[in-house]
Amino acid sequence: MEKQLTINGHRRIWTEGMTVQDALDLMNYTFIMLVVKINGEVVLRQDYASTLIPEGAEVLVIHLISGG
Amino acid sequence: MTHQEYFCERDPIAFPLWQKAVVGIAGAGGLGSNLALLLARAGIGKLIISDFDTVSLSNLNRQAFNLDQVGMYKVEALAQNIRKVNPFIELEIHTLRLDADNVCELFHGVDIMIEAFDEARAKTMLIECFSQHFPDTPLICASGLAGYGKSEEIRIVQDGQLFVVGDQSSELTYGIAPISARVMIVAAMQANLALERIVWKNSLP
Repeated sequence: MEKQLTINGHRRIWTEGMTVQDALDLMNYTFIMLVVKINGEVVLRQDYASTLIPEGAEVLVIHLISGG
Repeated sequence: MTHQEYFCERDPIAFPLWQKAVVGIAGAGGLGSNLALLLARAGIGKLIISDFDTVSLSNLNRQAFNLDQVGMYKVEALAQNIRKVNPFIELEIHTLRLDADNVCELFHGVDIMIEAFDEARAKTMLIECFSQHFPDTPLICASGLAGYGKSEEIRIVQDGQLFVVGDQSSELTYGIAPISARVMIVAAMQANLALERIVWKNSLP
């Protein structure tokens, strides 16, 4: 069975060495203002390309939109 | 008017918890001004509110200020309006621009934190700072409230102690301000969630 992770509730195939940036690319999340949490921990923007996502991770990507 | 006279017909379980609670509000614009009044009416004991801006005419379409308050600092105008509704609430107001350095200092120790900024960049800053320093404090944010209609698309996304209210998709059109009805739905949902989390937090064994 393929290894998986969950991004915003969607199951996707997990691959060895997958980074936060890879996950955003996979989901086509191009929006500039995002907050990313992996298994409950916030990942800072400057660490997207270097942070590895563990197999089975729950990834939450929040889109922050101006207006208030 | 006594405290007892003013706070009549209150929920015997929730109200005493709300009276003891301190809620932080980052921003006193469309979200912050409206939800601060809701929390004051509910009987929250203390609000810490921060905003750097002054009231302008373009704010009056959705923010809880009056014509005669144009030009005033928002936090001062808001404090006036809150005290007209609830003279018993404790208010701590700050006229300053929040950044990664002062946000944790200012809101350290609050029971609930509410993000009520306008700009996405500031929203992101608050979530990143607050989640790192106070991961056990509920943080209630807003994202996606532009336009009108589509009430049913406004939802709450939760991850641990982070809550995001909004549709996470409606973007502002340049030159068009958010509209009161949809802003107030989000503000009311943020306030309602804060009230709920205070009771929930206190009912833990």
